[in-house]
Amino acid sequence: MKSFFELIYCKECGHSLENPYPEFITCCTKGTLCHHDKNVDKEIEEYNKKLTYQKHNKPVIFIGMGTCGLASGAGKVKVEIENVLKEQKIKADIVSVGCIGYCAKEPIVDIKLPDGDRVSYCEVTPKDVKELIDTTINKKGIYKKKVLGTFGEGNEEVTSIHDNPFFKYQKKIVLQNCGIINPESIDEYIAHGGFKGLDKALRLMKPAEVVDEILRSGLRGRGGGGFLTGKKWEFALQQESEQKYVICNADEGDPGAFMDRSVLESDPYKLVEGMAIAAYAIGASAGYIYCRAEYPLAIERINNTINKCKEYGLLGKNILGSGFNLELKVKKGAGAFVCGEETALIASIEGERGMPRPRPPYPAVSGLWGKPTIINNVETLANIASIIVKGADWFASVGTEKSKGTKVFALSGKIANSGLIEVPMGVTLNDVIFKIGGGIPNGKKFKAVQIGGPSGGCLPESVIETSVDYESLREVGAMMGSGGFVVMDEDTCMVDVARYFMTFIQNESCGKCVPCREGTKRMLEIIERIPKKYQKDGNKLEQFQRFKGIIHLRRLAEVIQNTSLCGLGQSAPNPVLSGLKYFRHEYEEHLYERKCSAGVCKDLLVYKIDPKACTGCTVCAKKCPVEAIVGEKKHPHHIIVDKCIKCGLCYENCKFNAISFK
Amino acid sequence: MLISEKQALTERVGMLVQKYGNSRSALIPILQDIQYNFKYVSDFEQQEVARLLDIHPVEVYSVVSFYSFLSPNIRGKYIVRLCQTISCELSGKEKVAKAIERELGIKFGETTKDKKFTLEYTNCMGMCDQSPAMMINEKVYANLTPEKAVQILKEVK
Ligand SMILES: Cc1cc2nc3c(=O)[nH]c(=O)nc-3n(C[C@H](O)[C@H](O)[C@H](O)COP(=O)(O)O)c2cc1C
Ligand code: SF4
Ligand code: SF4
Ligand code: SF4
Ligand code: FES
Ligand code: FES
Repeated sequence: MKSFFELIYCKECGHSLENPYPEFITCCTKGTLCHHDKNVDKEIEEYNKKLTYQKHNKPVIFIGMGTCGLASGAGKVKVEIENVLKEQKIKADIVSVGCIGYCAKEPIVDIKLPDGDRVSYCEVTPKDVKELIDTTINKKGIYKKKVLGTFGEGNEEVTSIHDNPFFKYQKKIVLQNCGIINPESIDEYIAHGGFKGLDKALRLMKPAEVVDEILRSGLRGRGGGGFLTGKKWEFALQQESEQKYVICNADEGDPGAFMDRSVLESDPYKLVEGMAIAAYAIGASAGYIYCRAEYPLAIERINNTINKCKEYGLLGKNILGSGFNLELKVKKGAGAFVCGEETALIASIEGERGMPRPRPPYPAVSGLWGKPTIINNVETLANIASIIVKGADWFASVGTEKSKGTKVFALSGKIANSGLIEVPMGVTLNDVIFKIGGGIPNGKKFKAVQIGGPSGGCLPESVIETSVDYESLREVGAMMGSGGFVVMDEDTCMVDVARYFMTFIQNESCGKCVPCREGTKRMLEIIERIPKKYQKDGNKLEQFQRFKGIIHLRRLAEVIQNTSLCGLGQSAPNPVLSGLKYFRHEYEEHLYERKCSAGVCKDLLVYKIDPKACTGCTVCAKKCPVEAIVGEKKHPHHIIVDKCIKCGLCYENCKFNAISFK
Repeated sequence: MLISEKQALTERVGMLVQKYGNSRSALIPILQDIQYNFKYVSDFEQQEVARLLDIHPVEVYSVVSFYSFLSPNIRGKYIVRLCQTISCELSGKEKVAKAIERELGIKFGETTKDKKFTLEYTNCMGMCDQSPAMMINEKVYANLTPEKAVQILKEVK
């Protein structure tokens, strides 16, 4: 079939890239406006139905092939599907889609028969493929073993995917197309309503009107700060300058965050459309997408997207005949967390070391090469097109008083349904973790959830009814951050988590200012000393230093917060402070009782054999690398504490659960 | 280094400068290209880049040493980057790390004698939902167990 471009950019009507056709997007979905040939309208209608998978004559097989899907073996599943199709001479289309967010259940394969509903199957392995194809395509049935749900109405045979608790409480704006459409096909994006926002903005709205719409929608930055996006754009619009820039911050570095990666991989056109609207609104003619090097697939997809958009005249000169020009380029990061900070990111694009500089001047006034620049997060920009199409009021009707719209969260850690979810602002932590996330696996107890990455905090059960929005999270001592949601269970030690985050911050500090460079190092030392035993039984001096550190900890934290140059330093003490606030007892237990009840801090563990449970099987004694276990065959064994190096091998190998270490 | 080798390098750097331009903002893309093809940016190459971009070699070095994906030291053909970030930490990256160290016979931060493998830690690469995760050059492997990690390394070898 012909592409939209071939269908609509016909020579007879005189459209060409040099003479672009302003109604292009409308024609793609509604049929030609200027064209005399009614056959083309028919063709366009058919093509749209095909692209939205309403009408097709072969079965279509969708495979989730984001990085997440590939890592869990989607590649092998695809090869196997191709083989089986070839073997059995079945004609079917295979479409690689992005990820739908249900990572715990990858690889996910959807199958849609020409006159049936799209049915989703999860955790598909190459071994399943034969039976899956046989049951679904040959026998037109449901492969019950792995079925996740149908995209249509549920029936007695298969439930609707929308009734699955994981999807039921979600509201998808940003992730709407993710896992549904082929992220490489521009036509599919257009058929699914894509570029309508850009079309509307360019043809019907003045830049100031676009800015106003975004301002009224109440959209706030999703990259961490939560600054009103419309305000930022307004500043940039007001600047007089012949050159302005728009930058997309795709440097997603927060531990436990992978929302942006998913958008970049699964719906890159939405991001590019958002950027184009942003550029039009502030009067920028060039833009950069700064993407971290750890996301090779995302970089490839974005490059492909930019090229396709150029071919269609949706980027480049005189876009849709509006006189608006935009060049977009991808800049690859090089593995520095601090480059997520906006001024550091600008320095990195300019070819310098990625070090932040003091603000003001804000980038909106003086940014890239001293020109007015707006920097927005991927998710922020992915919201733009929907707001323009559906209006500010629609967007503002979702969410809470001050936090509008939805937020994407990345669930990981000790949670049953790990993955990506998008929920309206204002749902509670409880909803996210237990209703959608399915709670804690293996019957363990919930201990804390870490929100907002290294600048956020750990929240305990007692505040689990907190609403998820910018203000409420700040009140309880965490931060919306970029949306990482790391769930921890009873086996996690909060002192260890604090140590972990301090190590991270300390490593990633760019070193420009003293409080952050030196302060975080000292803070880490203090934390590290808490669970350490430097000498066998710990002497008085060591104890003294430990307590002295604790006494200074809070003051040190305040100095770092108040005097650091950039957000990294200013928020560096947060994980420790929120730990002290909610898990003080754990710190005290480590300090006074010299005990780690989560069983994590090695130096404080004591391995013991319960003589009642021990059968004297000698396995542990054989496994112990330092011969710390003594005992006779068929008699209870004993661990010599002084010799034990706490490797845990005996615990792992005892079949009678006779060994404990807490 | 032989003169002919030097000339070849100079030529190659020259080509890169033509490809990416000689502005300051081309510096990182040029270095990334060198890094991608040679796995490290040698002193000589740094000097050549500096000469062609008309900046001080120290500036080039300061950039190379700042970014963890650029390296001034020789590295292996395969760069194994294990995620050391929180989700992976919670799901047992330590055991995987030990297994990899044992398999390759080197510690993190080192390169094998045959210059085949370099072992490094990296920060979260967005695979937290399927942690622990690692990258070998540009390919991501997730849901690692010590056995699986060793198996993957064997396949790469
Ligand atoms: C240390 C540090 C790291 C950051 N990392 C990111 C990041 O990875 N992605 C991001 O979008 N914003 C990050 N930010 C926030 C940016 O500085 C900036 O506020 C944001 O990109 C603005 O976009 P928004 O208004 O759309 O949120 C980081 C900030 C700091 C201080
Ligand atoms: S606060 Fe830390 S990361 Fe930020 S500029 Fe200072 S040293 Fe660099
Ligand atoms: S392995 Fe368990 S049962 Fe066997 S000797 Fe050791 S402690 Fe006793
Ligand atoms: S923990 Fe390790 S060193 Fe200690 S007794 Fe058990 S096997 Fe031996
Ligand atoms: S399903 Fe893809 S990130 Fe999870
Ligand atoms: S924490 Fe390891 S990939 Fe995110």
